[in-house]
Parts: sequence; C-alpha cells; structure tokens
Amino acid sequence: MPEIKNYTLNFGPQHPAAHGVLRLVLEMDGEVIERADPHVGLLHRATEKLAESKPYNQSIGYMDRLDYVSMMCNEHGYVLAIEKLLQLEVPIRAQYIRVMFDEITRILNHLMWIGTHALDVGAMTMFLYAFREREDLMDMYEAVSGARMHAGYYRPGGVARDLPDSMPQFDSNKWRSQKEADRLNENRQSSLLDFIDDFCQRFPKYVDEYETLLTDNRIWKQRTVGIGVVSAERAYQLGFTGPMLRGSGVEWDLRKKQPYEVYADMDFDIPVGTNGDSYDRYLVRMEEMRQSNRIIKQCVAWLKKNPGLVLSENHKVTPPRREEMKADMEGLIHHFKLFSEGYCLPEGEVYTAIEHPKGEFGIYLISDGTNKPYRLKIRAPGFAHLSSMNEMAKGHMLADVVAIIGTQDIVFGEIDR
Amino acid sequence: MSDSLQQHAEALQNYFGDKIQNFIHEYDEVTIDIAPADLIEVSMALRDEPNFAYEQLMDLCGVDYSQLGQVEWQTDKSSSTGFSRGVDPTTMGHLVFGDELEAQDTEALRFASVMHLISYSNNCRLRIRVFAENNDFPVVPSVTGVWSSADWYERESFDLFGILYSDHPDLRRILTDYGFVGHPFRKDFPLIGNVEMRYDPEQKRVIYEPVSIDPRVLVPRVKREDHRYLSDDQQEAAE
Repeated sequence: MPEIKNYTLNFGPQHPAAHGVLRLVLEMDGEVIERADPHVGLLHRATEKLAESKPYNQSIGYMDRLDYVSMMCNEHGYVLAIEKLLQLEVPIRAQYIRVMFDEITRILNHLMWIGTHALDVGAMTMFLYAFREREDLMDMYEAVSGARMHAGYYRPGGVARDLPDSMPQFDSNKWRSQKEADRLNENRQSSLLDFIDDFCQRFPKYVDEYETLLTDNRIWKQRTVGIGVVSAERAYQLGFTGPMLRGSGVEWDLRKKQPYEVYADMDFDIPVGTNGDSYDRYLVRMEEMRQSNRIIKQCVAWLKKNPGLVLSENHKVTPPRREEMKADMEGLIHHFKLFSEGYCLPEGEVYTAIEHPKGEFGIYLISDGTNKPYRLKIRAPGFAHLSSMNEMAKGHMLADVVAIIGTQDIVFGEIDR
Repeated sequence: MSDSLQQHAEALQNYFGDKIQNFIHEYDEVTIDIAPADLIEVSMALRDEPNFAYEQLMDLCGVDYSQLGQVEWQTDKSSSTGFSRGVDPTTMGHLVFGDELEAQDTEALRFASVMHLISYSNNCRLRIRVFAENNDFPVVPSVTGVWSSADWYERESFDLFGILYSDHPDLRRILTDYGFVGHPFRKDFPLIGNVEMRYDPEQKRVIYEPVSIDPRVLVPRVKREDHRYLSDDQQEAAE
C-alpha cells in the first residue's frame, strides 16, 4: 500500500471558473480541501495611487473599471464622497436617475452572477438566458451615456445629462434581416423611460424562468445546499456585507438603514436567508432582482412626471452649458478652470458607503484642500469575501470550490483595484 | 442622526477618557486617534461593550501623511509680476527612481493605520486612526484577534505602505508581484514605478529593466479656497 500524501494543487490564474485572474493554491487531502490560499493582485492597477495624481473628475472613469460588472454603482460611491466634502446638493431628478441606474446595475450584476455561477455548476442554459436580458440593460446604459459598459455617467452634483427622448434603432444588414431588426426595434419606438418600463413589465417573468430552471433543480440543490455555510456571527467577523451577510440571516441593507439619495421614499423589501449556505444566498439574490425591478418601476413613474435639472447649477463644480460658455464671460472662466485645473475640496476625511450589488462599497477620501485627492481608499466588498475563502472551502470537495467562488460573486477588478 | 451621533461621541469620550489622543467630529463622522499600545484594549471594548457593539471591521488601510498639504504650484502668494507660473519639479508627481522627497516635517508622525468600524445593532460608524510611533520602522499592533477580517486588510496595508502589524499570523505581500521591492503607495514611491517588464526573445524569458518613461504631471496639484464660494452660493439659494 503506497502512503497517501497531501498534495498542492494550483487552481488558476487562467482557469475559466476562477472568474478572472485568481490563483488559488489548494492543499488537498485526496479530493478534500485542507487549506485554500488565494493569491490575488494579478490585476492590480494601483487605482488609488493613480487617483492621487489626477483632478477629482478625471478619476470617475477609473471607478467603472473597479467592479466592471456594476459600473455605475462604483461611480456612485465616489461622487457621494466628493459631494459630502463639498456639502453639495444634488437635484432631486438626478437622485431618482441615480437610484434607477443603481438598480439597473444591480440587475445587471446579479444576471452576470447567476449566469456564471450556474455555468460553473453545470447549467449552461442560465448563462444564455442571463445574457439575453443583459443585452437590454446594456442598451439602457448606451442610450444614456453612449457606452455599454464603462459609462462614466455620474458627476459630482448630479449626472452627466438628462435621459434621452428616443432610443437608438437597429438597422438591417448582412447578418440581420429587416424582420429581425423590426422585432428588436418594436419596444424601442419612444423614450428610454418607456423602454425601461417595458423591460420592467417583462422582467419578473424572466426571473420566474430562471427559478423554474434552478430553484427546485436536483443538481443545483445538490451543488449549493449546505455548501459554504457561514453563521451570522462569523459573517460579521469575516467582514461580509450585502447578499453574503443577508444570506446568513442578518437583516441589513444600507438602502434601508442608512438611506442615501431617495431610497427612503422607495417601497421595497430586504430578502434574508436562514441557513447561510450558497443556496440561501442564491435565493436572496434572486429576490433582490425582483425588488430592484420594483424600485425601477417607481423611479420610472416619478421621472415621467417630473422633468427638471439633472446636474447642479453650481458652476464652481459642474461645467456650464455650452451656450452659456460661448456667450458669458463668467461661464467661459468656469469652463476653463474646471477642465484645466478642476475644483478644490475643503480639507477633511470622509467615508461614504453605498449598497453595491456585491455588498458595501465604501470610499474613504482624504482631502488636503487641493484639486486632487490626498488619499483615496476603495473598500471593495469582494476583497473581504474572498479573504474568507479558506474558511468557507475547508473540508469541502474540489468541485465545491468553484461553487463557493460563484456564490461569493467574485470580480477581480474590485479586489485587486 | 446628528443628535444620537453627538450622544455616541460623548459616550466614547467618557468611556475611554485619556486613551483618545485626538477626537474629531466633522462631516457627521467620528474619528478617534489611539496610541498603538492602547489599540487592542480599546478595540476589545468597542467590540464587546453593548453601548458600542462594533461587530465588524469594515475597512482598514494605511495612510502616508508625510506630504499632506504640499502643492506643486504656489497660487496664494503673488509678486509684482503676478502669480507664480512655475511648477515645482521637486514634488512627488515628478519623482523618478532614486529621488528622495524632502520631508515636510520630520518630527510629525508619518504612517497611520486607519480602521472603519460599523455597529449593526446601534447603526453607527467609527473611524480609528493609529499613528505608528517610528517613521522609519512603523509598527502597529494587529487587530486580527479582534476582527478576523483585518487579516487581508493588514496584509494590504503592509504591502502598499510597509506598515508592520505585530502578531499578525501571516504578514505576506498580497497585491504586488512576487518578489516586488518597495512599498508602492508611499508618497516617495514614483507613480511611474521603478522597473518595467518585458519578454526578451534572446534570453527567452521575462526580464525586468529600469523604467524607460519619464514622469509627467498634466495638472499640477494646487490649493485654492474656491469652495468658499460654493457655500456662499448655497446660502444665497437658501435665502
């Protein structure tokens, strides 16, 4: 009988189930994990140091690239920190637009998560379904900002521009027949808000579709029930936030408990799990998609009725309109100053947090009164979640590691920063 | 919110007394400065006292305060010929390998480890700053025994700032490359880095060379009091 020894297995950084560039060093006893040591930093771009060398507004684009599947939420955290230091008022319509796009982003993120998580566990169809809906959500991003992913839409003092009155149309071409183009254009005939409204009508049915595929699926349950169990006590200790914390039974949501923007006026519920396993976190996130849909509907209804400003008129921080800049001397000076040097913030240290799709996304900003941040620390939720990998994976089988990475909703843009 | 925060701030001051070296309450946030020697005791009390009940360490990061308030372009003093037009080339944005920054004040403590705590039961937050007592060899006690999530955050702070956490179970680099030299988020580390990497077809391996690019500052760091107009405007709007 040969002696059985523990051996070390290298998982990633080029493994498709590692959700990016995760290198996991696994110490195995047969097929059982003894110790998991994640090596991160392969995508480290020193975003925080880069931000220190740029005027405040020029770093908004870097925020998109942190968690690159929930772009606008990252921007939101960043602009909130600047607004807190400046004590800048945001027009109410801009607040509604932000809330609406935060929730669109949440659905976008959760669809990405369910698609890849299910794919890792073996359900290919989910991936195709989720990407079908993501297409519509990306079109909303594109209509409002011109970019399908890295929007750069939020600004200190509001959002870059108002919602468009028309949607871009599909043309027929070599690969797309006129009939197919007409079908795609059918719900793109009027404004963006109508398009979003139409999506909200359809979306609950889509979530039902996902649930019929997964919720009672025997294979799905075998792979997620009882996997990666974390008690509420440990979830606090390990720094869990967002759906990871709620999956362990803690009713905590910044949108309810420390409301920002107009979340206090929104009607929605917080789903909470009971067992703290992967399956509960799955149920929590599925319900969050439905709740996000509810919030978007309320925002659409309000935005249709209430036109108004979407960017603060305070031209020490926000650029003046083009006509103003051309015709008015003061407007020209404001424009020149903002785009050459930027604005200076008062001295101080602030921490702002938002309920990001993955958890609490925080920005710790130290300003020394200059036009660039002195120190910017990004509190990425995924960083704390991944650090618990050892504890969550210990004693599970190798195949469960993939399910745990999936349930943690890992994205390396934010972990490595 | 503000009233309860005020009460909370007073409770903190009453409970910890002299242990709080510096107490800051601004922007609706409370910051306390704690000496490294008191850190563990204070942290334990903050976690376990029901009045405070800070169950979670939300964030921990290093900060290098050595260049605070330094600007690359003086804008406040004007001479008979107007404002200064020159950008000071000795500031951090222009650093290259081997340069040393003149410290603004060698007496002042340079490195701080900043923690953000959250209490779920009391719904409040707290920031703790711990200044390391030695600028050349900054050491701060590790809070991994109090909050497990400190593990990776302290590794990150060590990696980026070189702050050492005593009693940390596994203080390795985390974000930088294997074999990286230096602590990149220190203010005296050049933004362009020290080395660049490429594949050398002759040696058939990846090699490291000194960086070939020059540092470039597009917008100098300036300090102005412009935001004073902002509050004026808002007051006018309110009136």
